[in-house]
Amino acid sequence: MSEEILEEEDTQKDKYLTFFLGEETYGIDIRVVMEIIGILPITKVPEVPDYVQGIINLRGKIIPVVDMRLRFHREFRDYTDRTCVIVIKVAEMLIGLIIDGVSEVLTIPAAKVVPPPDLRASKNRYIRGIGRLREDGQDVVLLLDWEKLFSEDEQAAMEEAQTQGTAPAAAE
Amino acid sequence: MHTIKGSAAMMMFTDISTLAHSVEDIFFYLRELHPQKVDVSSITDLVLEAVDFMKGEMDRLADGETPDASSAELRQKTEDFLRAMKVENGDDPDVDLRKAKSGAQPKPQAAPPKAQQYYIAPAKAEPSGGGGKLHVYEAVLHFELDCGMVEVRAFTVVNNLKEHVAELHFLPEKILEDDQAPEAILRDGFRLWFTSAASPEDVKKILDGTSYLTGLDFRELASTAECGYWPSAAELAAGAAVDAEPIVPAIHKETADAPPPQEKTEKPPAHPHHEEAQVISVRVDKLERLMDLVGELVIAESMVTQNPDLAGLELDNFQKAARQLHKVGRELQDSVMSLRMVPVDPVFKHMNRIVRDMTKKLCKKARLVLVGADTEVDKTISEHLGDPLMHIVRNSIDHGIELPERRKELGKPESGTVMLSATNEGGEVVIKIADDGSGMDRAKILEKARQKGLLTKPEAEYTDKEVYNFIFAPGFSTNDQVTEYSGRGVGMDVVVSNIKALGGKVTVDSTPGQGSTTTIRIPLTLAIVDGMNLEVGSSSFTLPISAIRRSFRPEPSQVFIDAEGREMLIEDGRCCPIVRLGQVYGIEDAEPDLTQGILLLVESEDRLFALAADRLLGVQQIVVKPLSVYLGNVTNTTGITSCTLLGDGSISLIIDPAKTAELIYTS
Repeated sequence: MSEEILEEEDTQKDKYLTFFLGEETYGIDIRVVMEIIGILPITKVPEVPDYVQGIINLRGKIIPVVDMRLRFHREFRDYTDRTCVIVIKVAEMLIGLIIDGVSEVLTIPAAKVVPPPDLRASKNRYIRGIGRLREDGQDVVLLLDWEKLFSEDEQAAMEEAQTQGTAPAAAE
Repeated sequence: MHTIKGSAAMMMFTDISTLAHSVEDIFFYLRELHPQKVDVSSITDLVLEAVDFMKGEMDRLADGETPDASSAELRQKTEDFLRAMKVENGDDPDVDLRKAKSGAQPKPQAAPPKAQQYYIAPAKAEPSGGGGKLHVYEAVLHFELDCGMVEVRAFTVVNNLKEHVAELHFLPEKILEDDQAPEAILRDGFRLWFTSAASPEDVKKILDGTSYLTGLDFRELASTAECGYWPSAAELAAGAAVDAEPIVPAIHKETADAPPPQEKTEKPPAHPHHEEAQVISVRVDKLERLMDLVGELVIAESMVTQNPDLAGLELDNFQKAARQLHKVGRELQDSVMSLRMVPVDPVFKHMNRIVRDMTKKLCKKARLVLVGADTEVDKTISEHLGDPLMHIVRNSIDHGIELPERRKELGKPESGTVMLSATNEGGEVVIKIADDGSGMDRAKILEKARQKGLLTKPEAEYTDKEVYNFIFAPGFSTNDQVTEYSGRGVGMDVVVSNIKALGGKVTVDSTPGQGSTTTIRIPLTLAIVDGMNLEVGSSSFTLPISAIRRSFRPEPSQVFIDAEGREMLIEDGRCCPIVRLGQVYGIEDAEPDLTQGILLLVESEDRLFALAADRLLGVQQIVVKPLSVYLGNVTNTTGITSCTLLGDGSISLIIDPAKTAELIYTS
């Protein structure tokens, strides 16, 4: 049993599902990806940060969906046929990521991953590393740090956003 | 008890097995001599204590600890008790009945108990005779068909023989590991072939000592070649390779008073073949998966039957088939829901023990009457019912039931009665705990309530019911002294919070001198709620129907606006604020005119408010699904804790009236 798991881990090691978000290509560990679905009707949930689009019903499971464009402070783009939802499982939670389109599954060995620059003003907080596909440095994949992205400080940030949002409402 | 003893000894839990042994002694005495004077209740006490001890040890095992608590004290108590009982009945306390009885048998006993006896694997066994000529023997042992645990008995035989034989083989090979072994032993007998330096008579003696023997075929063979089964060393090695675990770990040891071969005490119950297979235990997550699937099926069904492609078509046969499918789907859903339901019986039965223990300690007399124990409730509810019930039952006995002498004076039967009843009433389960004790003292409770500062209006204005329900306040106790059972004032508080967590209500009523009745009302299941679906703009919401007082379309004159611009209306002489759902949840396409929409008067505890929605969609039984943990923080501010799926597969958010009330009212 444990061997089986190990083996499975092994076959999934260094494999990333790549997807497009605007001009860039992002990658996410294949291990956390549960499935890829087309866009489903989204039910809005009140008083959440704008990037949380709402919840969807995936075969009886209620899954919150996050628009990754808005999450990374990009412009909102209307959903099309190419728009996909990647359902990932982080810490036993299912979360749907709305992205422009999925590309392929790539193997990027750890040796080809460089850490992101440690810039002060960096928005790269949620990028774990940059995978090079070619030696000359062209064609890079930004590897998402999904753990950080949906971890507790993420929730704390969300809470903060809410209190800011509700404070004026209460003053009314 | 005997089975426990044998099994515990086999697993080397000496303390449990010796304790079980001493308890068994009592049973044995009772059964064999039918003593006249028996203190039944003390025996029950002892047995219960012993069972508690074993349960404790089991728990420790389950937690991965070593069960090393000593049962010596308890064992001593048991032995002392037995001795006292024997003296009382005029028997000689020092005569060991078992020995006396088995001594009367013609055959002498084998394998006298030794301090410690080690299991040694056959290959390492050395002939105890040493040097003498080796005899070859064949033996077939037949056991009584109903003797139970036959594999353990066969194993005991092997153990007893090991010390005396040079080489030993037996069929079936894997006595303990193989599930088929007991059957095979019962059918064909337990067959042994061995070489030993001991004389045939000695060996026969050892074998004869085995309990539950019905037949023993024993003979000496000329050589090992005649044996029906005599594997070579190579075969053995091959067998050992397949079965990596040795039959008996050579290092383990066991005390000698473990399964004593000489006892012929009560028979363990025969294998309960007939009672099995009535119940299977299933993991809850599997059930939940099934429930989810059925839910999906129902949604898929409505997606097919209400498919837009079918619109406008005349499909008589299809509609007929679709209706049938719908019906079957509903039935399936109902029966899956009922899988989660369990009878309250085990929870109720548990109270027997509490009543028993308490009446003993408090020198009271009371009996527990169970009514409707087969009433079914949701499993989660049944799990959380134990604690509150226990506290209420304790309360009834401690505060309610009077001492026997006092009851006699009052002309009541000496023994009090606590009645536990469960009934189904609509969508609720009603559990009543009634006692015929002294009832509650209004003056005393009022007095305490005053001390605690709980009174909010003049004392005379409180109805009896209101007064009695003060006992549910935290820290409230009319007992001035803290006893083992009450006085800290924690109990009833726990009851209320536990029952509330289950979505239920607790009330208490009492008639002075006649006793009091505590009533618990809880919903049948937590998972399904009757909900009112409403629409605001293009969003749909669901409100638990139990919270809605009434709904109406307001006249313009009913609504007024206070100085701060808040909309209000007067209902039932109370001023109640209007909450526009569209505004609260930022829904842009909500109906701006209140008189075009509908108002739902919602009551949560004592707070009343009106929710303004655009339209009512109808009542539906809804399956409550929690919102994702990821959105967990959201619910704290908006009054939305969960959601549900509508018939067409779309999601509706469930409004929690209590949370919404907190949003509006500053507490």
